[in-house]
Amino acid sequence: MEWINTIIQGVLLGGLYALFATGLSLMFGIMRLVNIAHGDLIVLAAYVGLVVVETLGVHPVVGLIIVVPIMAGLGYLLQRALLNRTLGSDILPPLLVTFGLSIIIQNLLLEIFSADSRRINVGELDVASITINDQISIGVMPLIVLILAILVIFALQFLFYKTGLGRAFRATSDDQDIARLMGISNKHIFGLAMAVAMAVVAIAGVLLAMRTNFDPAIGPSRLLYGFEAVIIGGLGSLWGTLAGGLILGISQAIGAKIDPGWQILMGHLMFLAILVVRPRGLFPRSVD
Amino acid sequence: MSRISSFEVSRSTRASKVALVGWIVILGVLISVPFWAGRGDMRFLIEFAYYLTLAQMWNLLAGYAGLVSVGQQAFVGLGGYMLFAASVYFGIHPVIAIPIAGVLIALISIPTAFVVFRLRGAYFAIGTWVVAEVFRLLFAQISSLGGGSGMSIPAKIVKEIASGRTERDMLIYFTALVILVAGTAMVYLLMRSKYGLALTAIRDSEPASDSLGVNIFKTKLTIYVASAAVTGVVGALIFLQKLRISPDVAFSLQDWTAAVIFIVVIGGIGTIEGPIIGTLIYFGLRSLLSDYGSIYMIVLGCVAVVMMLWAPKGVWGLITQKFDLQLFPVNRRVTWK
Repeated sequence: MEWINTIIQGVLLGGLYALFATGLSLMFGIMRLVNIAHGDLIVLAAYVGLVVVETLGVHPVVGLIIVVPIMAGLGYLLQRALLNRTLGSDILPPLLVTFGLSIIIQNLLLEIFSADSRRINVGELDVASITINDQISIGVMPLIVLILAILVIFALQFLFYKTGLGRAFRATSDDQDIARLMGISNKHIFGLAMAVAMAVVAIAGVLLAMRTNFDPAIGPSRLLYGFEAVIIGGLGSLWGTLAGGLILGISQAIGAKIDPGWQILMGHLMFLAILVVRPRGLFPRSVD
Repeated sequence: MSRISSFEVSRSTRASKVALVGWIVILGVLISVPFWAGRGDMRFLIEFAYYLTLAQMWNLLAGYAGLVSVGQQAFVGLGGYMLFAASVYFGIHPVIAIPIAGVLIALISIPTAFVVFRLRGAYFAIGTWVVAEVFRLLFAQISSLGGGSGMSIPAKIVKEIASGRTERDMLIYFTALVILVAGTAMVYLLMRSKYGLALTAIRDSEPASDSLGVNIFKTKLTIYVASAAVTGVVGALIFLQKLRISPDVAFSLQDWTAAVIFIVVIGGIGTIEGPIIGTLIYFGLRSLLSDYGSIYMIVLGCVAVVMMLWAPKGVWGLITQKFDLQLFPVNRRVTWK
């Protein structure tokens, strides 16, 4: 029974990791961009959420209505002004530019908000839980995160396969040159794709801030969790990414059960083990 | 036919011969430093030497072999911890422990390579980072090495390093200088050897070099292991100077990899001269901005991003655009007669 509880907690944790991973997966899927600043952008969104909630005094979920467009707009600008210039056959520019961004964002947040650990106060929701029996109880907040992660993936699937914009995304992803011949502006499409990815980052960041403490330095490890979920799930499949997030969450929960110091380590080791056994992930779709 | 026989392939140029004299003069000055400079100057030069060596090693990996790693802090940390383990638990003299750490890290880097080499390009980068995190978290669990809070070298062992404080400083200084010269020489000789030729071929086209008999995996593995070993040696040196180690400092991404990447990108990636210029700029900026805390990392990051976008070959690239210079002759040039 205790182990069932561990796995349930792992699944709930995995919901958040799947959200971290979805943005990363989108950027790679459409622009072939591996964004090293991803984790720091999540933390940035968490701080934006914190500022919005504290200055306006609104509920964090209402705050999302403000944070999502801010981050999406920032994403569009970032892509058009900076990241589009890095795309090409050479892998070095996107890697190093996003790495530079990561360090810049981290230190900027440190300058503005100090190294103190912060959290968005969600009131009673924080401690609310659904009790199944005396050994298993499910936190309402983690459950909301998991449900939102699934909803986000449903929404993205809809966007990709049922709308004109999604068709443009897929076309650009398949063949940039042909897409351009068909009258699609790559730079604009990439900007929009980044905006969508950053909208997901905004949701992930605010939920992170509602669920746990955060400080400017935690970005890189969020990037690693997201990255591990993407690779475990296999590139090119959003449902695979969700599965990857859940596997990572469960591994960490089992690690934490053995010894609290082993939580993160167990996740990393699971990732490396899957990499050795199945280098292309569990549910790969696209090649490379 | 006569045209084919009338060219010459050469590597050294007049500038590179003048530069060689220059390097020898600089080395001579550096050797004389402990006999006239103060403690603070020596500490600075030691730090300069280890950052420059780290930069040469990252450049060897990323600039020459295309293996962009953001996990080199793994080997810095391992080097530091091996020095501590060897000197505290096995009673090995710390300076002797440095090369031992290098050999052990070369051995550890081989199985590591088999895991991270499964990832390509940017994924390789993040994979190396995960490996570094695994080492950081593992060392935080080893209580005999101080666990998460770390440990110091006991005063008794510190006293055994050399007869006095001045002698100890001198010993560490010369060790740093030897590591810097040996590390740079290793990159230079590797690049002039068949490995350099193979790497150039791989960079230009993997399938073509493969079909010509270049063993891509073996070539990249050799570079990875060589770079890991020297990075580990530098790590051992860093913590011999610091005399204190903890997992967060030993496996710090910001200190041992981010700063080093910025140095190489600003100076000029894919050249031996670039890291030297980059290190000079890094320490220049750092002393200018030392009063402003983390601002200097922000400035450094911005400069690196701007360089990457508008001058991807760095400061040295800008210089060679204007002047045909090569201070470390690794490229071949064809002269028609």
